[in-house]
Amino acid sequence: MHPVRKQRLILVIAGVVFTSIAVGLMTYAMRENINLFYPPSKIVSGEAPHNRNIRGGGCVKPGSVVRATDNLDIKFILTDGVADLPVRFSGILPDLFAEGEAAVVNGKVDDKGVFNAEQVLAKHDENYTPPEVASIKNSGDHKNDQAVCKGMNYGA
Amino acid sequence: MNWQWLHRLGSPRWFYEKTNAWLPWLMVCAWGLLLVGGIWGLGFAPEDAKQRNSYRILYIHAPVAFISMSCYYIMAISGAVGLIWKMKLPFMVMKAAAPIGLGLTIVVLATGSIWGKPTWGTWWEWDARLTSYLILSFLYLGVIALQQAFQNRDTADKASAILALVGTVNIPIIYKSVDWWYTLHQPATLKIVGKSTIDPSMLYPLFVMIVGFYVFFTLVLILHTRTEILRRESRSQWVKDLVLGKSNTKGEGAES
Repeated sequence: MHPVRKQRLILVIAGVVFTSIAVGLMTYAMRENINLFYPPSKIVSGEAPHNRNIRGGGCVKPGSVVRATDNLDIKFILTDGVADLPVRFSGILPDLFAEGEAAVVNGKVDDKGVFNAEQVLAKHDENYTPPEVASIKNSGDHKNDQAVCKGMNYGA
Repeated sequence: MNWQWLHRLGSPRWFYEKTNAWLPWLMVCAWGLLLVGGIWGLGFAPEDAKQRNSYRILYIHAPVAFISMSCYYIMAISGAVGLIWKMKLPFMVMKAAAPIGLGLTIVVLATGSIWGKPTWGTWWEWDARLTSYLILSFLYLGVIALQQAFQNRDTADKASAILALVGTVNIPIIYKSVDWWYTLHQPATLKIVGKSTIDPSMLYPLFVMIVGFYVFFTLVLILHTRTEILRRESRSQWVKDLVLGKSNTKGEGAES
């Protein structure tokens, strides 16, 4: 290889490597801010600010959803397996919102530690299954609903 | 080491004449695979237990997303080869890849939004995956803009190759964003290592679509590169002969 070309090759590789390191350090420094939402454990422990707009995300605890009979109010618990966060919302939920599925909520935590959500988004999982296969897997108990959420890696 | 093969590969004329014969085959393969995969995926694959039929947009969204990122690497590596070996053809490939990549990212963003509304409940969310992917779209736009911004062709090629190379850092970020941070976008379904979390009956048509879109992309990239070759080499004798119909590309030309 011609020495001039070799030099240019080294220059190009060095450029890519150094920009990668720079961007890597930057994103590492901002890692907390890049997260879209706080897990329930961080909100319950007080790490997330109160009375300010934040997002929380976790699994909707099976059996925790309580709907009002005369309006659109709904209460449920978001969990990451470490802590439980009570959420209040009034409005229409996305179709894929369900117990044992993940959800992302946008709103404020009040002084009682209740999350007042202005928006609820359903976080879909990466599994694709035909209905027949799903019904075989889910027949019986609630355990499988939890298992879907468990695979989502919320603990940290 | 002997690098002569690389220089032969870098001849625009050689590329133009060689790809003549490939085009019909690529065309047939691309249409065939996309038709089979499309009809299979949209019409015959079973619906998803939770999302029902809305998941079928996956058959466009996922393959195009893969290719939009491969396309970026093709663009950046072509730019690097052009910078290092000072060859004409790689820069032409780089320039041809940028608008294709931009088109692919627009398709991915559009299909993603259309899927996101019924599934998540929102068209757009500034999470790490969506934002880093939007940056990919802007990087393609930047390369196109830089190509237009300079009067001098060499300067334009150099500048856009450097931008393309710097932008490569974004590709692993897009790919790993769903694992590194909490995002709304779900983690990867098709895994390089480990078992994919999609039922085989849905995976096979997806696989056909991925291969089909790759062939289609190859075809479009070659066509764009050929156009760029003709534009940049318009003063050379072989292009003049070709355009004026005095062509002997099928005969003597192919041997030279």
